[in-house]
Amino acid sequence: MGLGPPLAHPLLVWSLLPGAAYRGRMIRRNPVRPVGYLVSGVLVGVPLLVGLLVLGVVGAALTPVLVGLPLLALLALTGVPVGVVERWRLRLVDPAPGTGLSQGRGSFQPDGRRSLRLDGRGSLQPDRRGNQHPEHPHTEHPRPGNPYPGSPHPGNPHRTPDEPGLAAWARLRFTEQATWRELAYAVLLAFVLWPVDLLVLAAALGVPGAMLGAPVQLAVSGGDTRIAKLWLIDAYGPAFLCAAGGLVLLLVLLWPLALYARARAALARLLLAPREPEQRLAEVTKSRARLVAAFEAERRRIERDLHDGAQQRLVALSMTLGLARLDAPPELAERLAAAHQEADQVLGELRELIHGIHPQVLADYGLGDAIADAADRSAVPVEVDRILSELPRFAEAVESAVYFAVREALANVGRHSGAGRAWISGRYGEDRLRIEVRDDGSGGADPGRGSGLTGLADRLAVLDGTLTVDSPPGGPTVLRMEIPC
Amino acid sequence: MLRVVLAEDSVLLREGLVGLLARFGHEVVAAVGDAAALTEAVSAHVPDLVVTDVRMPPGFQDEGLRAALALRTADPRLPVLVLSQYVQRAYAAELLDTGDGTGVGYLLKDRVGQVEQFAEAVQRVAEGGTVVDPEVVRQLLRRRRDPLEALTPREREVLGLVAEGKSNGAIARQLVVTEAAVGKHMGNILGKLDLPPAEDTHRRVLAVLAYLRG
Repeated sequence: MGLGPPLAHPLLVWSLLPGAAYRGRMIRRNPVRPVGYLVSGVLVGVPLLVGLLVLGVVGAALTPVLVGLPLLALLALTGVPVGVVERWRLRLVDPAPGTGLSQGRGSFQPDGRRSLRLDGRGSLQPDRRGNQHPEHPHTEHPRPGNPYPGSPHPGNPHRTPDEPGLAAWARLRFTEQATWRELAYAVLLAFVLWPVDLLVLAAALGVPGAMLGAPVQLAVSGGDTRIAKLWLIDAYGPAFLCAAGGLVLLLVLLWPLALYARARAALARLLLAPREPEQRLAEVTKSRARLVAAFEAERRRIERDLHDGAQQRLVALSMTLGLARLDAPPELAERLAAAHQEADQVLGELRELIHGIHPQVLADYGLGDAIADAADRSAVPVEVDRILSELPRFAEAVESAVYFAVREALANVGRHSGAGRAWISGRYGEDRLRIEVRDDGSGGADPGRGSGLTGLADRLAVLDGTLTVDSPPGGPTVLRMEIPC
Repeated sequence: MLRVVLAEDSVLLREGLVGLLARFGHEVVAAVGDAAALTEAVSAHVPDLVVTDVRMPPGFQDEGLRAALALRTADPRLPVLVLSQYVQRAYAAELLDTGDGTGVGYLLKDRVGQVEQFAEAVQRVAEGGTVVDPEVVRQLLRRRRDPLEALTPREREVLGLVAEGKSNGAIARQLVVTEAAVGKHMGNILGKLDLPPAEDTHRRVLAVLAYLRG
């Protein structure tokens, strides 16, 4: 739609709104999308109103018998799913990702512009983002200094619970500001926003629609027809003229309609997008995942280097020594034998070292075989559930995290528990991998006392996984890990 | 004298192995550096034995093993000796599942340093025997305790040596006992593990390994 460049003054107010930076791009976009945004808003708003009313009334009525309290709690959480839907719906009015827009505040920039910089005192300071980018005065970056840069697709403002289960989830949600902002938005949507949306839609599309339909209406009615209860039309000439007028009016009205839709979206983003600390947390979480991935890649590189370099040379050395011993005069044979033994010992140690860094079996056969292999190497006899050998392949990060967690768990069994046996079982279903390591030891493992269990939990947390340790004094110790994958 | 096709991506080791095999009177008809070249060389030379590394280009995963398995599937009688940087029960199991498990060997790469034992293993695999690295056997014995708990330490020792592909005579020499005593141990082992008595060595190995793999 060639709506031309926006006029200056209506945009003055507009430019103060979040997300204004990429306004120009949006305007030239598909005009159907703002309409779709508003229509779908009504479709969300109406059932939401009904749901809120029913929950509220039933909850309040049942409160004297206490049954109502959980219902009211549920009511307080309605904002959470509404937030999910509404954030998703924002895509209708936001430009598609990958159009050169920044992914949002403080995110990774290839040019490093928003990364850490050195200040005058030589310490690392996060770039305040208040600084302008004079070299790109009109780029599509979110306006610098804008507290809500309105990344094209606002992320989830909620944190991931540390423990599995509905109770932990609900506990966390009730303590989060974002939950209450979402509830506020849900109430606003149900009682105010969708009726206004509907009104705007009716105003902007109703009259032009009726005018466009004039010829049809005339044909249907036969004699004459009244358009929008205003104009009487009794011939095809004026009817087509009216339709043409309707088309023009439609095109003209789409413009304020799109403006309204974006204002509406800006309001939604204000309440639903992650605030600065939440966004920072999301960013830190992402950077932590990147760090772990880099760490993992480095491990593999070291393993490969050792394998291709030192290990091969040592095998060759051992072979040379072996051959030399065949032909050596007796007075040399003994010393050669000693050297050979030494070389073989180094080789053995290096092999174990390399295996510890990153076992090849994990890359080749996956988690099931790698866990069986770890169990084979354990000092305490370990029984591995047969189901584990049927596990599918997972993402490298998941396999790695679980494998090293199991190995750490087995090491703990060997070191601290005094156990005589251990068992590993697990299953995969509903997109979650669950592994359990159990022993018959004396228990009393305390995750708080840095027994490697904290590191284990951290490793799993990177992948949104959880670790629970159940280790009463006297035992037994049961370690459960759960990872979404 | 055996005609051998050798696949090993490290030039240093490849040259070393060629020298080692030559020292024991074998001829390396082709020495290659990756799995695709191995497959080609085998069809070009029809060797008496294939010796291959597990991890090879291009992916440096288990290309050598995959190639060996494919070769064994195409010709179950082709003797293949696989060298691995570390012991992987899964590797050994896959290899033993090809053909009827005869004429296969799975050794830790470090073993090539024990040149005489290595030459012996080469000979045994080429003759249709089965050689499994002692380390694999050790892992297996450590893992599945229950069925093996019934065995005496001596019987376990014998079982380990059997699994390595040794004959009763060789076991008797190593343990410094009579061959009859080894035979008696063997009978006890097979009885306790509920395995049918069998005469030749590799079938006993297979029976034991199959049982342990469960």
